[in-house]
Amino acid sequence: MIITNPKSAYLTGFRDGSPFILVVVPFALLFGVIATEAGLNLIETMAMTIMVIAGAAQFTAVSLMLDQAPTFIVLLTALAVNLRMAMYSAALVPHVGKAPLGIRMLMAYFMVDQAFAVAVKKYNEEPQMTLPQKTAYYFGCLSPIVPLWYLFSYIGAVVGTAIPPEYSLDFAIPICFISLTAPMMRSAPHFLAALVSVAATLALIWVPYNLGLIAAAMLAMMTGAQVELILKRRARTPTEGQAA
Amino acid sequence: MITDKTTLWIVIILLGLGTYLIRFSFLGLIGGREMPEWVLRHLRYVAVGVMPGLVAPLVVWPAANQGNTDPARLLAAIAAFAIGIWLKSVVGAVLGGMIALYSFQYLLG
Repeated sequence: MIITNPKSAYLTGFRDGSPFILVVVPFALLFGVIATEAGLNLIETMAMTIMVIAGAAQFTAVSLMLDQAPTFIVLLTALAVNLRMAMYSAALVPHVGKAPLGIRMLMAYFMVDQAFAVAVKKYNEEPQMTLPQKTAYYFGCLSPIVPLWYLFSYIGAVVGTAIPPEYSLDFAIPICFISLTAPMMRSAPHFLAALVSVAATLALIWVPYNLGLIAAAMLAMMTGAQVELILKRRARTPTEGQAA
Repeated sequence: MITDKTTLWIVIILLGLGTYLIRFSFLGLIGGREMPEWVLRHLRYVAVGVMPGLVAPLVVWPAANQGNTDPARLLAAIAAFAIGIWLKSVVGAVLGGMIALYSFQYLLG
């Protein structure tokens, strides 16, 4: 679909976000089931799902509370899991930072991994998009994802059955992120940044509070930026040589 | 069982609030102000810096396999990555990856 106005941008975003229904449905069901088994009633489960909308952090918080961890540790650990979103927030600034405050406040609430990754991929591919198109696209991406996150957490909590592990839908999550990232490998800096991200996260897996991921991401960003600079300098040097 | 409901609600509210502030942080506070080129250069690599690291441990040490490396999952991840690069299609990579996972699980028993 060719993006010509905010409405078509929204619809394109909706289409690009919809494959992730496959990931959100089983993950949300599982949260509903686990939270209920952990002793949360329907209101508590839904309050957490709606207020936090961050699956990994919700699972972390519930499992730490089950282990009777101190509240401070529960909060610190679960918030550290979400710290990557500060990087998403920063990465969105060059694209949608000029949007009205109310829109940015809404965008922040709905900032889930999939919507962020799909949107930023699109912004980089089509830099001519206008600000209203960019924000409409972002809301389009999350529209098939977030309502289903609420709905299937609810169904999981009420029905109490998750999708059986034989279907290996646990692996839909990594498959989804790999699929989002692979098409972004369009230049050497992107590829090397991804490589550093993987290597450093695995090497730093022992670092507490999930901070290994944050350190790895920063190393990866520095790698990407440095390689980009080196390649630019190298591309520029021959022409400057001729001029001299 | 989680029986202490006061603590539970404290966690729900503070986690919700804290997560919101993390998400709002830069988008909210920097807003439309211009950022220096070196910052922008780093921000271009946020997605490729975070996402691969997010999945790497899930692929190499999957919880569903008690944290042991599972050849079927590892091969399926490689397949999804290859399809994603080759077809430049997110949908193709998701479907291809899941089909590869089921195929390798069947073939490797």
